[in-house]
Amino acid sequence: MSPGATSNRLRPTRGVRSDASLGTGLRGAAAGALRRYTPSGIASRAGRSRFPLAAPSWPKSIPRPPEERDLGIDYDTSWSRKYPVRLARAVLLDNVTRPLAHLVASPEIRGDDHLVGVEGPVIFASNHLSHVDTPLLLSCLPLRFRHRTVVAAAADYFFDRRWKADLSSFALAAFPIDRSKVNRRSAELAADLLEDGWNLVIFPEGGRSPDGWGQEFHGGAAYLSSRTGRPVVPVHLDGTRHILPKGGGTLRRTKTTITFGVPIVPDEGENARRFSARIESAVAVLADEATTDWWTARRQAARGETPALQGPDVAPWRRAWALPVRDDGPGDGADGGGRNTWPRRSGSGR
Amino acid sequence: MSPRPGFVLDVDRSTPPTLFWHGERFRLERLPEGSRVIYAPEPVEALSDPSTAIRHALLHPLGDKDPLPALLRPGMRLTIAFDDISLPLPPMERPDIRQLVIEQVLDLAAAAGVDDVELIVALALHRRMTEAELRHALGDRIYDAFAPNGLLSQHDAEDADALTYIGQTDHGEDVEINRRAAESDLLVYVNINLVAMDGGHKSVATGLSSYRSLRHHHNPETMQKSRSFMDQHRSELHTSNWRMGRLIAESGIDIFQIETNLNTDTFPSQFAFLQKREWEWSARDRFSFLGVSKVLDRTPSKVARNIFHTVKAPHRMTAVQAGEVEAVHAVTTQNVWDQQGVVVEGQTDILTMGLPYISPYNVNSILNPILVACLGLGYFFNLYRNKPLVREGGVLIMSHPTAWEFNPVHHPSYIDFFEQVLSETTDPGELSKHYEEAYATDPWYVHLYRTGHAYHGVHPFYMWYWCAHALQHLGAVIVVGGDPAAVRRLGFRPASTMADALELAKDVVGPSPTLTHLHAPPILMADVQ
Repeated sequence: MSPGATSNRLRPTRGVRSDASLGTGLRGAAAGALRRYTPSGIASRAGRSRFPLAAPSWPKSIPRPPEERDLGIDYDTSWSRKYPVRLARAVLLDNVTRPLAHLVASPEIRGDDHLVGVEGPVIFASNHLSHVDTPLLLSCLPLRFRHRTVVAAAADYFFDRRWKADLSSFALAAFPIDRSKVNRRSAELAADLLEDGWNLVIFPEGGRSPDGWGQEFHGGAAYLSSRTGRPVVPVHLDGTRHILPKGGGTLRRTKTTITFGVPIVPDEGENARRFSARIESAVAVLADEATTDWWTARRQAARGETPALQGPDVAPWRRAWALPVRDDGPGDGADGGGRNTWPRRSGSGR
Repeated sequence: MSPRPGFVLDVDRSTPPTLFWHGERFRLERLPEGSRVIYAPEPVEALSDPSTAIRHALLHPLGDKDPLPALLRPGMRLTIAFDDISLPLPPMERPDIRQLVIEQVLDLAAAAGVDDVELIVALALHRRMTEAELRHALGDRIYDAFAPNGLLSQHDAEDADALTYIGQTDHGEDVEINRRAAESDLLVYVNINLVAMDGGHKSVATGLSSYRSLRHHHNPETMQKSRSFMDQHRSELHTSNWRMGRLIAESGIDIFQIETNLNTDTFPSQFAFLQKREWEWSARDRFSFLGVSKVLDRTPSKVARNIFHTVKAPHRMTAVQAGEVEAVHAVTTQNVWDQQGVVVEGQTDILTMGLPYISPYNVNSILNPILVACLGLGYFFNLYRNKPLVREGGVLIMSHPTAWEFNPVHHPSYIDFFEQVLSETTDPGELSKHYEEAYATDPWYVHLYRTGHAYHGVHPFYMWYWCAHALQHLGAVIVVGGDPAAVRRLGFRPASTMADALELAKDVVGPSPTLTHLHAPPILMADVQ
């Protein structure tokens, strides 16, 4: 036995009887028992192994390198914009998504005449109430925009699992954005897509409304418009919260209204924050129009009396109570029917 | 990112099964906890512009040597000798490194107005290369320019008229080399270094010599004193070659040595799993492995062998140096160690290894049982510096089918050696004393060597001598999954599974052995502390 040979005595495999007579002394003097290695131990352990069908386990002595990030903000969506995938998505959108959206949401589309003659690409900036918003909006876009539009989607929600990322990229042409902070990569990607001729759907609120009222707009849409010079089309979605609210588990049929506003561009010298506020105001006017009429909404806007998207700054129950009343609630009007109603449970979903 | 160095893994419960070559197949073996697995360093990055590097080496020689253009002049005799089919392994993708180097040498020779140029394959007692193999090594341009005019020849160690006796070393060793090389004004030797054993004075003193010379160092005594072949400072084989090489230099033969280093990128991407550490196998690697191994398991050995022999290695040049033999070889050897060295603490009781389908002596041929022994005991066992990986009296376990199968065209004398000699004795000294001379001078083997594609009659003896150091050192050799009759003929013990082999090994080394596995490819050199 060479001196160096004591450092790597074989240890028994699990379930193998040790040889008590050999006592202690595995790895050097301080280590455990010198034990016998038996062939049955090898066989039994090899039998339990699923490698190479399953991924290999890592030896304990080998530090794992940091995993290569390819999800979240780092997910590569370029494959979803290749022609065969676009073709498949167009077939899906026109033959599955659109009929389903019309079946469930019965969308009434207003203001799409504002888009006539508008040269793309454009940025559709919409309020956000429900997961239904994206497929509904995509399926209701005029045909010349519909199949050339990408959607900015939350990296932490739609791209946190491989299957979700693949599905979002394929079905919605989504790409990841970081909604918690300004992220250079997602900003660059969005700008590149606009410059490549892709229209962009973005929800400047950064997430679905938790209670039916709107949230303050982030500056992403305004920034991209300022950077690329592409116009922003304000969009207001009304009624989708009743189909599938945040935290809701089942779909309910209801009527919805999609209102497109006049495309706007940043004024000379207008910074992104001010422009973002202007986009928010434009969507608020559209919201007002959805519950009143165009003329009323315009006059209120002229007087500076357009109701704010965020609703009153009061206790949650009073905000719920003050939600605009819809008289076209789902089915038998159980959620509407001309009465103020408590919003359905706001869950923990995003 | 720079390549990761090699290292020694301590096997624990979480360690996945370890990949073993098994001839034309693979085995996954779960090694017992506490075993060690030696993983090779990752292949180093290749030269981005080999042509420029070659030109630089030729113009900036090492040692006491003028740049190549200064050695070339009109009217001179120039001979270019180069390594044969035994290197690299597997044969590399085109263009072969020999082609790259020789084309540049010929460019310079043409520019200098040298008319008398001949190329010689330095094959010693190896088989002659086929036209296809020569075309692969040299490229069509060189082959078509030289072969039709008889200016591309293969060294014939049995052609007395084509040999020149140089003299005897101070140890009484006869030195006899190729006449054309000896009588040239300049001999350019183009070498490929895959392991530390290759190159140096061994290139000419062995590659262009005859049986009369080779017998002085290709014998059991020399081999047993070579510890190991990969450490030229402790290798009697190299010491003898160095004595011969210096005598050749003193005789006035002007040698311009060109040595090249290759990286250890040994197999193409479809076999990427072979060079990876098992726990780093991606899904693609795992399914490649499953696909390849399942197909091979259902493929007849002959077909599987033919498939593997079509594989060309993506080896790339990592360094090239030229000039005086010893100065060049010192750099080349250091490059090899820098690339392939792995520090290993202490010896082991049991050394395991999986043997592939190929060795230097069966390119496009069968790895017969004698070559299996040579590959395991001669080559893999000797991949060390300082001390053998396995302790004296330890056990070597090799995994290989070891079929009783020979290529009669390439290895005719191997068949008789296996049938007649090994059935009598496996002792290298005994068989050297009683049988070597008869095989070396057998006219039929000489005829096949000179006119066909047969290894010399004495070659199987040399293969057995390569094993001499290991046979002397080891307590037992066990072959897992081999043909029991063939394995026993070699004097080894057959075992059907690794578990059985370990049980057998414990009879030799005791009940609680240490085990180390040599994981290859890529190739590695163990620096045993």
